Amino acid sequence: MKDEVTREERVDNLKGMGCSRKRVEDARFTQGKGNYVDDVKLDGMIFGDFVRSPYAHARIKSIDTAAALEVPGVLAVLTAADLEPLGLHWMPTLAGDKQMVLADGKVLFQGQEVAFVVAEDRYAAADGIEAVEVEYEELPVLVDPFEALKSDVVLREDLVAEDGSIPDGAHGPRKHANHIFTWEAGDKDPTEEVIANADIVAEEEMYYHRTHPCPLETCGCVASMDKVNGKLTLWGTFQAPHAIRTIVSLISGLEEHNIRVISPDIGGGFGNKVGAYPGYVCSVVASIVTGKPVKWIEDRMDNLMTTAFARDYWMKGKISATKEGKITGLHCHVTADHGGFDACADPTKFPAGFMNICTGSYDIPTAYLEVDGVYTNKAPGGVSYRCSFRVTEAVYFIERMIEVLAIKLDMDAAELRRINFIKKEQFPYTAALGWEYDSGDYHTAWDKALKAVDYEGLRAEQAQRVEDFKAGKTRKLMGIGLSFFTEIVGAGPVKNCDILGLGMFDSCEIRIHPTGSAIARLGTISQGQGHATTFAQILASEIGLPADSITIEEGDTDTAPYGLGTYGSRSTPVAGAATAMAGRKIRAKAQMIAAYLLEVHDNDVEFDVDRFVVKGAPEKFKTMKEIAFAAYNQAIPGIEPGLEAVSYYDPPNMTYPFGAYVCVMDIDVDTGVPEIRRFYALDDCGTRINPMIIEGQVHGGLTEALAVALGQEIAYDDMGNCKTGTLMDFFLPTAWEVPNYETDYTVTPSPHHPIGAKGVGESPHVGGVPCFSNAVQDAFRPFGNTHTNMPHDHWRIWKAANELGLHG
Amino acid sequence: MIPAAFEYYRPKDMDGVLSILEEHGDDARVMAGGHSLIPMMKLRMADVPHLIDLQDVGGMSDIELTADSIRIGALVTQADIIDHARLAAAAPILREAALQIADPQVRYMGTIGGNVANGDPGNDMPGLMQCLNASFTVVGADGERDIPAREFYEAAYMTAREDEEVLTTVTIPLPKGGYAYEKQKRKIGDYATAAAAVQIVKDGSNCVSASIAMTNLSDTPIYSEDASAALVGTAVDAAALDAAVAAMLEDIDPTEDNRGPIAFKNHVAGVILRRAITRAWSRA
Amino acid sequence: MPKKMHIKLNVNGKDEEFLAEPRELLIYTLRERLNITGPHIGCETSHCGACTVTIDGKSVKACTIFAAQADGKEVTTIEGIGGPDDLHPLQNAFKEHHGLQCGYCTPGMITRATKLLEENPNPTEEEIRFGMAGNICRCTGYQNIVKSIQAAATEMNAAKEAAE
Repeated sequence: MKDEVTREERVDNLKGMGCSRKRVEDARFTQGKGNYVDDVKLDGMIFGDFVRSPYAHARIKSIDTAAALEVPGVLAVLTAADLEPLGLHWMPTLAGDKQMVLADGKVLFQGQEVAFVVAEDRYAAADGIEAVEVEYEELPVLVDPFEALKSDVVLREDLVAEDGSIPDGAHGPRKHANHIFTWEAGDKDPTEEVIANADIVAEEEMYYHRTHPCPLETCGCVASMDKVNGKLTLWGTFQAPHAIRTIVSLISGLEEHNIRVISPDIGGGFGNKVGAYPGYVCSVVASIVTGKPVKWIEDRMDNLMTTAFARDYWMKGKISATKEGKITGLHCHVTADHGGFDACADPTKFPAGFMNICTGSYDIPTAYLEVDGVYTNKAPGGVSYRCSFRVTEAVYFIERMIEVLAIKLDMDAAELRRINFIKKEQFPYTAALGWEYDSGDYHTAWDKALKAVDYEGLRAEQAQRVEDFKAGKTRKLMGIGLSFFTEIVGAGPVKNCDILGLGMFDSCEIRIHPTGSAIARLGTISQGQGHATTFAQILASEIGLPADSITIEEGDTDTAPYGLGTYGSRSTPVAGAATAMAGRKIRAKAQMIAAYLLEVHDNDVEFDVDRFVVKGAPEKFKTMKEIAFAAYNQAIPGIEPGLEAVSYYDPPNMTYPFGAYVCVMDIDVDTGVPEIRRFYALDDCGTRINPMIIEGQVHGGLTEALAVALGQEIAYDDMGNCKTGTLMDFFLPTAWEVPNYETDYTVTPSPHHPIGAKGVGESPHVGGVPCFSNAVQDAFRPFGNTHTNMPHDHWRIWKAANELGLHG
Repeated sequence: MIPAAFEYYRPKDMDGVLSILEEHGDDARVMAGGHSLIPMMKLRMADVPHLIDLQDVGGMSDIELTADSIRIGALVTQADIIDHARLAAAAPILREAALQIADPQVRYMGTIGGNVANGDPGNDMPGLMQCLNASFTVVGADGERDIPAREFYEAAYMTAREDEEVLTTVTIPLPKGGYAYEKQKRKIGDYATAAAAVQIVKDGSNCVSASIAMTNLSDTPIYSEDASAALVGTAVDAAALDAAVAAMLEDIDPTEDNRGPIAFKNHVAGVILRRAITRAWSRA
Repeated sequence: MPKKMHIKLNVNGKDEEFLAEPRELLIYTLRERLNITGPHIGCETSHCGACTVTIDGKSVKACTIFAAQADGKEVTTIEGIGGPDDLHPLQNAFKEHHGLQCGYCTPGMITRATKLLEENPNPTEEEIRFGMAGNICRCTGYQNIVKSIQAAATEMNAAKEAAE
């Protein structure tokens, strides 16, 4: 029988890569049938919650739990003294440091976990917390990292030897009791020499403020120890469920096969849910102690004040150039405020993440980066909030330095970028700080972006606005924010990336069912990215079965293959590659089956959309559906029954998505209120799997960038009190504060990725923050501004205007 | 966030409310929509052993317009104010201000009574009521009394209402002339960085009366008599605006918070008032 | 201990009666007592709207109302808006226009949008943004949420016209 369906229709039927397939996740979410951790309800489940320190730095003189234990419904109160015999009063951090699970003699930040109250319900737990009496002796508070490096006040006595000497830390020698590490990249002396002898040098100091990923769902878990079977099941908001299983095994002593970690639906992560928190450890212990399932869910204040802040980088830069604007050298020093414990989520060898991508999109021959990590009396964390490790910091730094250099050169910042971009023919390009950029076509993207917004026209309008302002005709200035970013995502090659010794590969396991549908399981976990939709699309294109016939499952360590999880835009670059590679294994076997069924040699059939056809005789074919059935019902000589494959993919390199963003902003000089008139975002994430989802990721990432640039901040007073613990003060924009975005793209596939994809979820955040910030700064450039620090909330914008004398 | 335990009452009439208040004194509090009080209870910043829900008490949910005044029951919500066409025609500033309070869900629950009685300097209605020279009717064991809005606020959360009294009605003389409620805030749902309520009457080309009140720029709302007076008899020209702003700045006393330092708040207060006056004047 | 209260609610058309402490917040009644887990907890201070339900025709944040306050009232949650056999046009539009990502805000977002469209069947983009400002989404940047609501409004108006 002749095939009446056209090839084009066969392609469409697959809903494979490149189409805007609707999300399969949405049916349950739109009907309220998501299953988030707080929806997990088990028989006999009890609740745990923390007594937290009101002080940022204090010695604990005593903890009296007697009254709390009298509160009806309170079952137990755990303190460090209870955890110590188990060796669980401290836990390892992802950064090679250790962190108190419950305050061991002192507290180092406001909100630190002091005792864990376990009770029959949330109400009793809350009352129990109020009844625990803790006697504190306040100690001097250090909130400024520069002061901390000079102070006699020792925050971490556990890291000072008895003779007062400072032993090495996880990342080498430490200069001071409150110093964590010094990390260097590049060539110090040559860079300093180039800068010393340069025609032009621009210098700037900038503070990338502390903020927080603040997903709408807070962190939490349910721990259930089955004492009969000796098995622990742990549901939780884990961006890396397998890593959590290994960590729980290592610190609890439970054998890893007796631990099942399940990440159910996750209500946004953005980096907040990568780390391991005291709540997880205490819940596990409480479940072991009581024999009951224990639920712990953060409230919003707990979340903002204690789990996983982001940024807090004090960056000092020098950039040198020729008179014509060709950049010759870049020098960057960072003082990194890590809070009371070093709990950054970075690959082991990168205590400052990939900050050494800070040469950006530019061909900079010489560069040097030095980062000093410092302890202060603030919450631990330092996670990558919607970015690969410290990449937002790096891109912000270089995109501000470019602007500052343009001012020094009195040159248009768009042109300065253009003349310094790495050229298309230079890829693969090895940057001065060591990374090998896989691919890029920056000039094409930049020209397309500038043309789309009529850049020349915008500059003319801005010049007119300045004239009008000076003439008293308007009180609004106009800023044109530019940014061109290159990310480094998809960590990463096992040779240089691991977390706690676990190589950062990822995985996919596929089982084709006899009727031609399939299930694929991955080591990653979606937090809204739509993996169930997009990974099925990759597979559909690879194995020729419709995406609608493929179930994607993640997050259950008992069923999914080992992987390092979802953060740092690594799902598509790593697990997506594993998916394609596993699909290719399926296809290779399918080819042999097809050849057998068609009675030709393996080499005489070829894959075509959804089937194998005999070369030169397209009417002779076997569909993948037919092949799947044959795999289970035919005895084929030399071929095992079944059709399954697994791939563990260790990427040969990172991927390097890039993009060109332009923001047009009006600023009310008198009130400091900014108004975003226009935002254009061109992203190049390589091969595009699902344009609808890409666009959604861009909208979301830009909105989080807007928030960070324009006001989202974790702020402390001098006593270390967190001033931004609720959503009244921690800025999450509503629909009212957010503009419509224009999205665009170019496609430069990654040469080393099986399908050429690079990842996109974090690009808009990484590129967006400097773009919004540059728009604010650009508005004031005609009046002498070179740099003002974020967040550009109303009063700080007003202050910038005021300092430039714009208030008359 | 779980509040401490409390007894809940939902009396059917005011006598029931008053008797509970009398019995428990300081330990009892009345609640209308609860959107100021409940978050405070959840954060355990307010301890309320006896909570009296007013929702079943009749006679406090109406908006009555007469020839020269408006009476608004304490349980009238911001959403009611926004949706009331005759009220919007008679006193459009109320709708303009209510739309700038919180968000849609909160406006369904938040009441005018709660907003004015709570004494939170961040609330918008107190300043507006001072601008409009409203008076608040409170009822206690000894009966009713009226307190002018301009004399009601003593300090943050401290008002002329006694603990055993309940605010039942807001009475507003029918406003005349042009109006504006101008508010700068960081985002939807935020309190004002600075807000100004202005009501202005024009005769010919001159201002014959003006009323100005400011929000969240002191520990109480600020009715600025001098700023109001600075406009009267003028054509609301640049000099008059300067004089009004200067007079207002004498009256406010902002504190630093996450919205910004004092210098910024003073500056923005001036800008916002200038804009409010200009807009009110254009409507007069 | 304060005495427990006898509370009656009608939730999604079903009468519910139970004894609860006065301090039991409606969101916990729904989620933990009645296993209606569509409404979520996001901020707990009435800023984010993830817990939005409809009570007697008004959009309300269920984290900032005690169950006792809702005694005698009708409560509608996302579960009462539409299910597999009777999807509400908004539920469909959010899926069609990619109006959600992690899905955590979605039940509150759609529940609020049903009221918005009841009150204003033909909202402009600005009116949607203003009318949805009590609901925070961290993932979508709102652009596709606005689009979804516009699409649902168009569909609902067309259906209404066809019926008339």
